[in-house]
Amino acid sequence: MTAVLTQPRPIRLKGRSYLALTLTPELPFEDWLVRLDDLASRSAGFFLRRPVVLDVEGLEIDRTQLRDLVGKLGARNVRIMGIEGARPSLLGADLPPAMSGGKATGDIEEPAAAPVREAPAAESVAAQPTAPPPAKAAPASLVITQPVRSGQSFFAEGDVTIIGSVASGAEVIAGGSIHIYGTLRGRAMAGTLGNGAARIFCRKLEAELVAIDGFYRTAEDLEPGLRGKPAQFWLEGETFAAGSLG
Amino acid sequence: MGKVIVVTSGKGGVGKTTSSAALGAALAQNGDKVVVVDFDVGLRNLDLVMGAERRVVYDLVNVIQGEAKLTQALIRDKRLESLYLLPASQTRDKDNLTAEGVEKVIGALKTHFDWVICDSPAGIERGATLAMRHADVAIVVTNPEVSSVRDSDRIIGLLDSKTLKAENGERIEKHLLLTRYDPARAERGDMLKVDDVLEILSIPLLGIIPESMDVLRASNIGSPVTLADERSAPALAYFDAVRRLRGENLPVTIPGEKRGFFGKIFGRKAA
Repeated sequence: MTAVLTQPRPIRLKGRSYLALTLTPELPFEDWLVRLDDLASRSAGFFLRRPVVLDVEGLEIDRTQLRDLVGKLGARNVRIMGIEGARPSLLGADLPPAMSGGKATGDIEEPAAAPVREAPAAESVAAQPTAPPPAKAAPASLVITQPVRSGQSFFAEGDVTIIGSVASGAEVIAGGSIHIYGTLRGRAMAGTLGNGAARIFCRKLEAELVAIDGFYRTAEDLEPGLRGKPAQFWLEGETFAAGSLG
Repeated sequence: MGKVIVVTSGKGGVGKTTSSAALGAALAQNGDKVVVVDFDVGLRNLDLVMGAERRVVYDLVNVIQGEAKLTQALIRDKRLESLYLLPASQTRDKDNLTAEGVEKVIGALKTHFDWVICDSPAGIERGATLAMRHADVAIVVTNPEVSSVRDSDRIIGLLDSKTLKAENGERIEKHLLLTRYDPARAERGDMLKVDDVLEILSIPLLGIIPESMDVLRASNIGSPVTLADERSAPALAYFDAVRRLRGENLPVTIPGEKRGFFGKIFGRKAA
């Protein structure tokens, strides 16, 4: 028992974003399921093992209907990993968790009629909108020119720069580094997409929590000498390092 | 067209209703037509603070639901003839406030009054968001203590995202009204300093209202403090706040400190 309690290494918490297929069911569900079956019959296993999110935004349904729909989808091998746009009262412990903050990407091509086995003619290959391997674009960064208020949350896959302060109860999450030209009173989580080289910089440190690549420090664990001063945080291997700036 | 002001805070008990009544009465003393609207459906207090509780017949919810005309629900103040009150309902539920209904009422009030002051309920739910929805100007009432400051910060975030002005890409004018400021406690360091609050919230300061028995006394006799005792410290602070609200550039004085020293520090406006 004591061995468990004295475990010195904290649990690593990381944020990560994934691509999921989003289904937007329409009422009445029976008709919609028929159309879904039709789609599935054209391509067996289209949904098999794919992460699927159910978007129920704007649907006037109750929990029984939702549970019933999730069950029926399950029977069709469509496994729902999360539900988007649902009122909190709609979701229970027996339903997939709520998802939010999703970003649209290109539409996923509906499978065409049964795939043809023989090699298609060159022309038809050109006509097919085959997705080229995505060029490694620089992740989007974000510049915020206003104070980040309590209760607000910002995320960018790249760096986040804030010209202003981050209030107590506010959070900034970045795949890259975080630069705060003001006081950091809330939370800053950098390198959340697995970037251990990310850093956090702030002009005045009053943070509630700082984290890089899942390693975190709460206000209590921060070096008291840095409080109220310009500071930066980085990772040295798996150790969290903090230092003054300038 | 009149100006719509929302008096809001997030946290309860910081002085929204007291300030709404005091500012309303101070604005009306110049002869401007002013209406103070109570949005706190189910927990109305503005009628008490303004001494009109025995004269309420119809209320905001009746008007929204079409059970009464706006003119039937408006109560004229007995002391100031250009000051009106639109009371909230005490028996109905907050859900009776609809977005369309509120829009219609505020739209009608704007054409008849120079100032429409919306006294917001505490919290960040429906009543509070509807009260701020149509505002041109927001007065954020804050006490110099951490929980009030954080709640005000949250409200400022909502003002910048949930109001009609914000949704149209405009910026809503925001002012900080620091209330219940106690010079003795500030001296001992028991309270947040004015500087700290301004630094955290970073909106311009409209005024500092000292903690005073005069405020409680005025509430108990059902009179806005700016009417009950015009020479009292809180009344003077509210009058100054109103002059700033009208656009006058008046340095803010911290109660209990000398003006000369203070002008130097607070002559500047917070960013």
